[in-house]
Amino acid sequence: MRRGLAIPIFIIFSCIIISTAIMMRPFGEPKSTEMDDYIIKNAQNETGANNAVTSVVFDYRGFDTLGEATVLFTAVAGVLLVLRRYIHE
Amino acid sequence: MSEPSKIVKTIASIIFPPTMVFGIYVILHGHLTPGGGFQGGAVVASAITLLLVAFGTAEIARRLKESHLSVIESIGALGFISLALLGLTATFFYNFLAGSGFIFGRIPPFGSNPGDMNTAGTLPLMNISVGLKVIAGLFAVVLVLAFVARSKGGGKR
Repeated sequence: MRRGLAIPIFIIFSCIIISTAIMMRPFGEPKSTEMDDYIIKNAQNETGANNAVTSVVFDYRGFDTLGEATVLFTAVAGVLLVLRRYIHE
Repeated sequence: MSEPSKIVKTIASIIFPPTMVFGIYVILHGHLTPGGGFQGGAVVASAITLLLVAFGTAEIARRLKESHLSVIESIGALGFISLALLGLTATFFYNFLAGSGFIFGRIPPFGSNPGDMNTAGTLPLMNISVGLKVIAGLFAVVLVLAFVARSKGGGKR
């Protein structure tokens, strides 16, 4: 019963994955490039940073970095909370 | 576990300053060269971890308290949030210093150029605060895990 269910599911998912791989666009040719072009053209003038990646990470997508910093803070707080009794001994 | 040999200690002392300088360089030049607060902070934290491995937990813990690291991490987090809030005249995370002519306020010419430290507005300040946060956070985790290893392993280190 389980085997009879597993084989069709395996075949269906294999077909989906293989057809996706065949239909994939060539590497480095995205479908819409408006956002990339905007950042490449305006990042230096708007933020003044030569490193466009940093201008995206800290300026255009600042919220993402805030979340990243919060993840780090939460991880450190969790480790210190769990292992607190080893600190003062 | 026995004490590390003199070779390990000497090499660690030699390698520590260049690693530290490189990490601080990556943090401070985050708006010009590849890297930034997260990457440079990881490099600096690994340099301090090298000292921890070479000289033992007790030696490092005597000079560097865990509570100090919490203070440094909080300073980094508060600096990051307040820099984001200061741009609130326009939007959250608005780069209010770029092009203002004030500190970090120059605009570089378009295209590839060698770069200038005095550009990019709030980005260097944010890099510094994130760097402080990553240094303190990663090293606090490593230090606490070293404490655990010392008490569980039963060794002197």
